[in-house]
Amino acid sequence: MTSMLRHRLFWPAAVLVVLLASNLVFSNNFFTITLQDGHLYGSLIDILRRSAPLVLVALGMTLVIATGGIDLSVGSVMAISGALACLLIGDLSNPDAVGPVLLVVGAAIALCLVFGLWNGFLVAVLGIQPIIATLILMVAGRGVAQLITDGQILNVHSAPYRVIGAGYFLAVPVSFLIAAAAVGLTVALTRRTALGLLLESVGGSPTASRLAGIRSRRITIMVYVFAAAFAGVAGLIYSSDVSSADSNAAGNLIELNAILAVVLGGTALTGGRFSIAGSVLGAVIITTLDITAVSVGVPVETTLLFKAVVVIILCLAQSATFRAKVFGRFGTKRAEVPA
Amino acid sequence: MAEQLKMTGIKKIFPGVVALDDVDFRLLPGEIHALMGENGAGKSTLIKVLTGVYDIDGGEIELAGERVRFTGPLQAQQAGISTVYQEVNLCPNLSVAENIFIGREPRKFGRIQWSETRKRAQASLARLDLDIDVTAQLDSYSLAIQQMVAIARATDVGTTKVLILDEPTSSLDASEVEQLFTIMRRLKADGVAILFVSHFLDQVYEIADRMTVLRNGRLIGEYRTDELPQMQLVSKMIGKELEALEQIEEHAKDTTAVERGTPIVEARELGRDGAIAPFSLTIHAGEVVGLAGLLGSGRTELARLLFGADRPDRGELLIDGKPHTVKAPRDAMAEGIAFSSENRRTEGIIGELTVRENMILAMQAARGWTRPIPRRKQDELVEQYIKALQIRPADPERLVRDLSGGNQQKVLLARWLITEPRLLIIDEPTRGIDVGAKAEIQRLVAQLADGGMAVLFVSAELEEVLRLSHKIEVLRDRRLVEELENGADVDADRIMQTIASGATT
Repeated sequence: MTSMLRHRLFWPAAVLVVLLASNLVFSNNFFTITLQDGHLYGSLIDILRRSAPLVLVALGMTLVIATGGIDLSVGSVMAISGALACLLIGDLSNPDAVGPVLLVVGAAIALCLVFGLWNGFLVAVLGIQPIIATLILMVAGRGVAQLITDGQILNVHSAPYRVIGAGYFLAVPVSFLIAAAAVGLTVALTRRTALGLLLESVGGSPTASRLAGIRSRRITIMVYVFAAAFAGVAGLIYSSDVSSADSNAAGNLIELNAILAVVLGGTALTGGRFSIAGSVLGAVIITTLDITAVSVGVPVETTLLFKAVVVIILCLAQSATFRAKVFGRFGTKRAEVPA
Repeated sequence: MAEQLKMTGIKKIFPGVVALDDVDFRLLPGEIHALMGENGAGKSTLIKVLTGVYDIDGGEIELAGERVRFTGPLQAQQAGISTVYQEVNLCPNLSVAENIFIGREPRKFGRIQWSETRKRAQASLARLDLDIDVTAQLDSYSLAIQQMVAIARATDVGTTKVLILDEPTSSLDASEVEQLFTIMRRLKADGVAILFVSHFLDQVYEIADRMTVLRNGRLIGEYRTDELPQMQLVSKMIGKELEALEQIEEHAKDTTAVERGTPIVEARELGRDGAIAPFSLTIHAGEVVGLAGLLGSGRTELARLLFGADRPDRGELLIDGKPHTVKAPRDAMAEGIAFSSENRRTEGIIGELTVRENMILAMQAARGWTRPIPRRKQDELVEQYIKALQIRPADPERLVRDLSGGNQQKVLLARWLITEPRLLIIDEPTRGIDVGAKAEIQRLVAQLADGGMAVLFVSAELEEVLRLSHKIEVLRDRRLVEELENGADVDADRIMQTIASGATT
């Protein structure tokens, strides 16, 4: 029991369970999952579907934060990717053909890779502080997206494109499948190779890592490219879901939600040790909060306040110091280590 | 005389480890008392208990006759226990004056009185015979000065009853140590009880009145310094006779054994502006080359050039007789060169990673991220080196920051030995670690050289350099001034002479 309490994912998982359970009180069909027209429906499925973009962005953010950096530009990259995709699809002679749409998707992600390289270049080569380096693209990126869409909201009608964000495969939402694949890819990339260790090493001490022979510059660039690529995919999911490109709304404030997800998942902002499972859990908690607020009937104008209160409670629950103050010495032993 | 501080039956238990087991300790007013023991003997834990960083699990603490129990460092400070830690823990980006008065600035109506702060900072430094600009940022001064500032901060509180100096001399040069000792004697005359921790036995014998020896968390005994000869002290600390040390002595001057073929590394007029003047140097397989010189004489800078940690501005580097450009550590590693930095904490270990991860890091970096070392192979290597270097605790999954300094150093050595280098550059591997670990590391260096590895050994301790090296390079003012073949005619005095006067030839 105590070892479970000490697991670093215990508190986030507990909060998720409490959130879900509280829905039971307010709406009795929250846990009902039905099959309609070969699609799964229900609040739980909704949570999975709507978590997808945030999970993707949080994955990239986790790796960036592990190196001791931060990426504020992910929301703008989402907007750019959606904008380019919608613009190109609008130009297609037959927007319902699968091949050209795949090419468009490829082009959008490729553009995001370039922006990721740009971030990585600023941080790793020019040595600009990550928060400033990515702030540039955060601000300028929305401008780029608006330039692409000419300041308009671009609507598209393309069946294959719509599959990404709103489609179903074997009754399961495609966006969820994409996010799940991304999680699998990230885990494989970091834990099946030595990338995870090298990332944690660079985040733990850049100087010591360099002297141990790690090419930290290369690794740093890589994580920003990675973050931008995943943000690009998230942008496609978002824009496909609404069949349009809205440069202002796409990925608005998602960078902050992603950072929150990473921190809730137990990865420290100072870099080093990271937890992918934690970040995914964090992203799902944030989405669940949004959906719970609606299902519990929190008025729209107080939704943010509701969210804030829950997040504060979660952060306090995770703080060993707070627990020690409230519950005595319960759960604090771990904080002590011999000199 | 009544004890200023009396600790009886102190017990401190960490999960899985008894750090202090029934330890008694006392300090008399107006004495300098050395706390002796190997790394991991419990010195740091005892100090942390005394300063309120840790709570005790058993025993009593009496300060000036009153029973006390501290729940935090601030409480201990207010009760009159001031501490200067081994690693200067001030704020490098604040001014000297701010550092001395941080948290207790002179105030008037809640406003900090800056001119008063500066004046008092100047005065408290003047008591230490230090005249520096107190408005300058702390990190614009050398480590030694920073240490003095830390002492000024600790002793500025007028009510100091007990002053704890934890390894204050490890980054000071000889004259600075003298300066520090003068201050300590002055404070002693004022009736302050000083607890002094140092790995330099000579310093302990010079300054301490009495000493307490700990081993493995247990009290071995309390002795008057003048009644306990050095050799006996050492054997009490490590708990065994000194064969180990003597074996190295024997090995020492066997200098003719090295065959001089093509050098592994040859520097020709290699230099970097502002760091080290152009120097020439050869290192052969099986050879231990010692770098001697004072702090800041360019020892580290020279070593860093050979490893590619810094880029040379001029000159040539030949590896196996062929010119090579070494632009980054990776290039040097590809040629079988390894470098263990003197800054163990900032440039060596990665604290939040485990012992295992730290050990395999260099090898993994060399393989690249796409080719992870199989876990079984990792475990094998790590187990082998934990055993060979006697790393304690012998737990590969322990975070390396929880290990003592000497064991961290061994982890670093293991990191490089795992890569099977041809040239091992070790910068100050024995700084701040205890006698036992020091002897082990020296023996290891000798063994490695016997096995054909070339070693560039950088150390501030001349005895150590003399004991191990076949060839000694003497540095002074960022210049390589002389190369000495180690032999019967070379001793510490001879090297000191060179350091003091420049080249003698």
